[in-house]
Amino acid sequence: MIYLDNAATTPVRKEVLEEMTPYFSKKYGNASSLHSLGREANRALQEARAKVADVINAMPEEIYFTSGGSEADNTALKGLAFANKDKGNHIIISSIEHDAVLNTCKFLEQNGFEVTYLPVDKYGFVNCDDIEKVITKKTILISVMHANNEIGTIEPIANIGSLAQEKGVYFHTDAVQTFGKIPIDVEKMGIDLLSASSHKVYGPKGVGALYVKKGIEIQPLIHGGGHENGLRSGTENVAGIVGFGKAAELAENERAIEAGREIKLRDKLIKGALKIKNSYLNGHPTIRLPNNANFSFKFIEGEGLVLDLDGYGIAASTGSACSSKSLEPSHVLLAIGLKHEEAHGSLRLSLGRDTNDRDINYVLKVLPKSVERLRKISPYKKKFMFKGLKGETHV
Amino acid sequence: MYSEKVMELFRKPHNLGRMKNPDGVGKVGNPICGDVLYLYIKVKDNKIKDVKFETFGCAAAIATSSMITDLAKGKTLEEAKKITRENVAKEVGGLPPIKIHCSNLAADALHEAIKNYLKRKGKK
Repeated sequence: MIYLDNAATTPVRKEVLEEMTPYFSKKYGNASSLHSLGREANRALQEARAKVADVINAMPEEIYFTSGGSEADNTALKGLAFANKDKGNHIIISSIEHDAVLNTCKFLEQNGFEVTYLPVDKYGFVNCDDIEKVITKKTILISVMHANNEIGTIEPIANIGSLAQEKGVYFHTDAVQTFGKIPIDVEKMGIDLLSASSHKVYGPKGVGALYVKKGIEIQPLIHGGGHENGLRSGTENVAGIVGFGKAAELAENERAIEAGREIKLRDKLIKGALKIKNSYLNGHPTIRLPNNANFSFKFIEGEGLVLDLDGYGIAASTGSACSSKSLEPSHVLLAIGLKHEEAHGSLRLSLGRDTNDRDINYVLKVLPKSVERLRKISPYKKKFMFKGLKGETHV
Repeated sequence: MYSEKVMELFRKPHNLGRMKNPDGVGKVGNPICGDVLYLYIKVKDNKIKDVKFETFGCAAAIATSSMITDLAKGKTLEEAKKITRENVAKEVGGLPPIKIHCSNLAADALHEAIKNYLKRKGKK
């Protein structure tokens, strides 16, 4: 299997698993316990906290462990909104945020908050001037993702961060796709809150982190015994957190070299795939995640393509409606201006540590065949032949 | 998610392609929704002698398109009209709830094609 769905999840690294293993049955203490087993677990948590903090140039006490990226996003948005509802009720987000942010905002809208959804340009970039125009006295939070999970576009978050600071508005970024993959410095970038996830960087699933800048108050989602400095109650997932810490450390140590390697492969993949007729790259050609390539192939639908590639032993994904629980095509592709029928035909290939040159060669050999086969099935490839027929409505 | 039958028909669909000079054409679906099906029929002695299809859509749409062509081939027009959306879904081994519209589309396309044939015939 050639796995090109690393934006969805990654395998746990051997080194990570080794580091985690003792915490399941040998070092099984509750990190809140006073005895030595508990203290041992607590030390492991603090070490992991420091490793995660290092990746984004934060202090360890600014890192709160969660059950993943979605919980981090939920805590950041709801927690900040509820803590600041006396100051204002307005939130600004981009229209291409992950569902964890989008649907949290929908929930907040039902609870008295107002949300402005920023448009993006054809590459998926948010425009800082657009943000400035919509900030009001009631604005409490801006949330723009660091890089988009579907099309890979990297947003100008340092600019947004300095604008937010200037206007006295909190700034949250969902860095689930960028944590450990491209440089992040919360101080230099003016980030107040940041979400990260373990399983996108070869750590275990079910663990994530929320960075909250010292001094910012937010309400917890989960109340209880006051774990994680009161922000997230519940006995800590020690083994998972240890794994996340190790994965974060490894990712950061290897980041520059690995990113360079993946960019080379990514660009080869993009160049090769665009040789297919009527194919387009979604997102920006260069200001994109090192491991992300996203294409639209006209006249076909993405789910069929993913399943066809699966038959060739290639794991890919699509932003297309049919693959997900709703029938609507990707909100990201619609936001960058694709027509519905084009948005249905998208393919995301996301590279990882295990991806090599041979894999890319194989994909470039197989992909044109798959596209060709599905186009043969599609009525659209010979659309001009149908011109004479009555009742023609397509494309 | 998909039955073996759906995957089999998706990989190797039957009666695929455009038909030259069809007697009836059924076109259903909408590219905006991500599914479009063109179904072509040839009719002789009140029987569906040949069927072909072209589909823009997901694996379920392609598989149900293929299935409807198999179900319709050789049937009289009256028999073919009786093929229901449920028949198609059942024959492909069931579909995930969100994909039921695909089997609907396939049955609708056949009925549209027959309607189109009868309309053309009436004009002659």
